[in-house]
Amino acid sequence: MLKQISIFLPNQPGVLAKFTKILMDKQINMRAITVAETADYGILRIVVDKTDKAVEILKKENYLLSLTDVIAVNIPDKPGALHEIAEFLGNNNVNIEYIYSSTFLKGEAIVVLRVDDNEKAMKTFKDKGVKLVESKDLY
Amino acid sequence: MTIFWNKKAETMPRDELEKLQGEKLRKLARYVYDNVEFYHKKFDELGIKPDDIKTVDDIKKLPLTYKTDLRDHYPFNLNAVPLDQIVRVHASSGTTGKPTVVSYTQKDIEDWTEIMCRTVMAPGITHKDVIQNAYGYGLFTGGLGFHYGAEKVGATVIPISGGNTERQLMIMQDFGSTVLTCTPSYALYIAEYAKKQGIDVSKLALKKAICGAEPWSDSLRKTIEKTLQIDAYDIYGLSEIYGPGVSVECEEKNGMHIWEDYFIVEILDKETYEPLTEGEEGVLAFTTLEKTGMPLLRYITYDVSKFTKEKCACGRTCGRMSKVTGRADDMLIVRGINVFPSQIEHALMQIPGVAGYYQIIIDRDIIDSLEVQVELTPDTFSDKMKVLEKFKQDIELKLYNILQVRANVDLIGPGTLPRTEGKAKHVIDKRSKNI
Repeated sequence: MLKQISIFLPNQPGVLAKFTKILMDKQINMRAITVAETADYGILRIVVDKTDKAVEILKKENYLLSLTDVIAVNIPDKPGALHEIAEFLGNNNVNIEYIYSSTFLKGEAIVVLRVDDNEKAMKTFKDKGVKLVESKDLY
Repeated sequence: MTIFWNKKAETMPRDELEKLQGEKLRKLARYVYDNVEFYHKKFDELGIKPDDIKTVDDIKKLPLTYKTDLRDHYPFNLNAVPLDQIVRVHASSGTTGKPTVVSYTQKDIEDWTEIMCRTVMAPGITHKDVIQNAYGYGLFTGGLGFHYGAEKVGATVIPISGGNTERQLMIMQDFGSTVLTCTPSYALYIAEYAKKQGIDVSKLALKKAICGAEPWSDSLRKTIEKTLQIDAYDIYGLSEIYGPGVSVECEEKNGMHIWEDYFIVEILDKETYEPLTEGEEGVLAFTTLEKTGMPLLRYITYDVSKFTKEKCACGRTCGRMSKVTGRADDMLIVRGINVFPSQIEHALMQIPGVAGYYQIIIDRDIIDSLEVQVELTPDTFSDKMKVLEKFKQDIELKLYNILQVRANVDLIGPGTLPRTEGKAKHVIDKRSKNI
């Protein structure tokens, strides 16, 4: 499992730039990013290479954030690859809350999944031989 | 030619009127002393007896009644009669989660109808008119209050209540409404909506609007009159004193006639509540001369206005109050509904996870918007949008249940609102420039 950092950001110009500058200055690299937005605010979700350091810095900067366990899997970069993952989880009655994808490497994509039951999802993937991304893989 | 509902009462010479007020006040003092424990105690505290009240000038001896007194005696403890003699109950906003409740006997309903009939006819409305009553029906007094008078006058009443502008316009066109009754901002909204829909207002049968439940300026009147091609009149009332129909403008549009055989009106100093002289600006206070369910002595409205007894060109002798220019307390009027910041605070504090930091922003783009900014905390924040949206909706529902007006909740990050050492500024009313 990986730790995702979720950050509350007002939906206003310049807010993301201020945020990304902090990460840049501290040399923190984002591996995956997604934003869910409303008219007033957004929830920025990121997976980074140095999670503990990022959390410490962001808290110091008074960002409202939370840490969430997410699952990341390596899938081949080809049609039907995501379908297979989704079907495994669906068949095992695991609900995907949200999903986003990340860096493509050597013909593979990383998909980050926020599910309602991490244990069940991981067991499903293990049984099916799906490759999970570990935090050491992010460095 | 001025038309009257009750010419004798409306044009009674002032000396006669004031003598009548004195007689009614004397009876009222006895009535409340004998039937309302609260006033009995107040009289005793002030060392006065009902017999000390002989003329209208003796009103100064009587105790003042505050909105908090109504709250403290919620819901029926200011009533002068047992509940089996109460035929109707209305309610308006209170300063906390509980509303301000008013009880009416059958006589009160009939009296209210009488003054409402005068109110309907003063701007020149008759039994020939078709009245589209877009004041809200329900616990709010606007809808039903207006309805009873309009119906008794013999007009055709359409009890459409507020909202659903498209339907309002369809009915206005199809039924040939000649009079619209609603808040001034809603009248303007209807006018703008009609324009957007390509409705030619000059083809409407509409001639007049009676607008109230919120303060409005003469310039807004001119805008409404111009866009809808009608005459617009101001009406005043508050549920504690029946509801709508306490006063209204006649066709002169020069102040609102108060039906003084039903009320004694006073203008009091905003700070000391000492009576001011005629023409001075201060807080309006009413004494109900005929109410039997929940009579009130010198009830402080916190509405700021002026009063003149000068005879009006229409022939009515009862005095006139000027347009309400403000409030002497922190009450807000949003879309015609009274809202107290304390109500909002009370509602917010009942929701787990809401921190003490919030701000209320009221603005007006034709109609009022009420936005409540609430700071999130690490406990209420979630990576899941549906959790945050549920939190927001729960607050909005809670606010609606207490305020009876919809508020948009804006979730903001912790520390966003200014921290002050003194009293936090919880309310930002941006409307003053627009009214």
